[in-house]
Amino acid sequence: MSEEVLQQATPGLIPGSGTARAAKPTRLSPSFISWLQAGPMMLVFLAFFLIPLVFVVIVSFWDYNEYQLLPAFSGRGYTDTFEGCIAQLPELCTIAKTYLKTLKLCFLVWAITLFLGFWVAYFLAFHVKSKTWQMGLSLLCTIPFWTSNVIRMIAWIPLLGRNGLVNSGLMKTGLINHPIEWLLFSEFSVVLALVHLFTFFMVVPIFNSMVRIDKSLIEAAYDAGASGFQTLVNVIIPLAKPGIVIGSIFVITIVMGDFITIGVMGGQQIAAAGKIIETRVNALQFPAAAANAVILLAITFLIITMMSRIVDIKKEL
Amino acid sequence: MKEGRPRSFYVLAIFFAAYVLFLYGPMIAIYVLSFQGPQGGLTFPMNGVSTFWIAKLFQGTGIVDLGAAFRRSLLLGIVVMIVTVVLSVAAGMAFRRKFKAQSILFYSAIASLIVPSIITSLGISLEFRIIDDLIKAHWNENFETSMGLLTSGLGAHLTWTLPFGLLIMFAIFNRFDPRLEEAARDLGATPWQTFRHVVLPIILPSVIGIGLFGFTLSWDELARSSQAIGAVNTLPLDLQGLTTTVTNPDIYALGTVISAVSFTVIALALGTIHVLNKRQAAKGSDAGKGLV
Repeated sequence: MSEEVLQQATPGLIPGSGTARAAKPTRLSPSFISWLQAGPMMLVFLAFFLIPLVFVVIVSFWDYNEYQLLPAFSGRGYTDTFEGCIAQLPELCTIAKTYLKTLKLCFLVWAITLFLGFWVAYFLAFHVKSKTWQMGLSLLCTIPFWTSNVIRMIAWIPLLGRNGLVNSGLMKTGLINHPIEWLLFSEFSVVLALVHLFTFFMVVPIFNSMVRIDKSLIEAAYDAGASGFQTLVNVIIPLAKPGIVIGSIFVITIVMGDFITIGVMGGQQIAAAGKIIETRVNALQFPAAAANAVILLAITFLIITMMSRIVDIKKEL
Repeated sequence: MKEGRPRSFYVLAIFFAAYVLFLYGPMIAIYVLSFQGPQGGLTFPMNGVSTFWIAKLFQGTGIVDLGAAFRRSLLLGIVVMIVTVVLSVAAGMAFRRKFKAQSILFYSAIASLIVPSIITSLGISLEFRIIDDLIKAHWNENFETSMGLLTSGLGAHLTWTLPFGLLIMFAIFNRFDPRLEEAARDLGATPWQTFRHVVLPIILPSVIGIGLFGFTLSWDELARSSQAIGAVNTLPLDLQGLTTTVTNPDIYALGTVISAVSFTVIALALGTIHVLNKRQAAKGSDAGKGLV
């Protein structure tokens, strides 16, 4: 409004108005500019994410033989996957067992990363008072994320192997006579490596939620007579919940789809949802791989929907 | 105010230190072990100290064609970095206004981040296989494949790096003061001038952060490359291949070399960000230096 008034009073004084605007008839409309800016990224997601997902769903209903895709409708990808699931009852079929195992790994990793991530974030957000130190220590937690995951997995071998540091240390102190076999290439090492790699995904969102908490709320809780524990449970945890949920979504989806960590750290012996897909692809059974991908996607989606009921993700960013 | 620090501080400080040790300890172990003597094995104790295994890696007598994989990974990492920076900054600017398809792009990015990598990777490989089949059937029977480092591989990496870039842009513009742009406009700057001389210098440190994510995430990417990279291997794929077969320290040597590149890039990026921030603090504002 004020611009109009000004323009009437002193035409030509405001840049881009009056004659100046008339002189540039080719001025792009704001919505066109938005398309130019956001379009390229949208195209990348379209070409390399959305369309591929559609292909996964389509191919999951195709037929296949030993060496190629046959573009004809077939439910074979799914029936092969669920083979024996009804016939073997009450015995669990392979796919059900595999998913149970994956969910178990998922739950263990989730619980441990949540515990570690929560307290690491808590320390950074509430106990580190100087901004410089906060930055420095956060960076310390982030740098490993910028380095190779495989290397961080291999890094456990000299520690946990048969002749590794842990075993030789324990043997020297006489606590054990034989090396412990389950330290490496076991479910234990898989969980350890997953925790090692992905606690970062818990720390960051929880820390983000925590630094936004108004410190005077915590003061108020203490002033009102709440103990440290009561403040934690009734003030901090509810306010940090968005971060906890976002972190949980990250960790759960990563572990559900993981096949590399489980492969390397499980000595390629542990079955998991992601590994089935990899095995099927290696056998060139693409429709079966795609069917498994659809199942995994559905389960992941179900988990995320349940979790995002608790919190509106978009509002938190 | 309270004097000193509460006891919980010390408990959590020890907890934090233990976590940092847990993060870095194993990595440091393999960096040390890659300097094993020629007779050394995969575990401690060290059997002499030498650069034997690292030298062996560079002579090409080792297990993989390190040079070629190294160059491929570096090329892909740099391309991914540039594309991620440009597309993220552009899209980040778009998100400051309302536009149609805003929420589609937002949810695509989030979905791309959390849909398991193996599914995206499989999808891209199916897409390219089907494109190949179409080309073979309709245009050129001798066509080999359209899959490759800078087609399907680049796309696969971008589905992983772009969401990070976009989220960083959100964080930047959450605390960006739009009055600075208004001021520039009022002084007669064109939109491009406003961006080039006002917005970009302010957000530059974070843009370098996006580049850092772009390069390092691509340099170490594995899950998405696994099905979508085509016939050639990147360095992390070669490294993963070695985990099942190798019995001597060249795998550590390779790990150390890959990490050295990561750490160099991290140090360069953080150093640049630091310098830029200092310059901004020193010269960015003339508040209080007015001509009174």
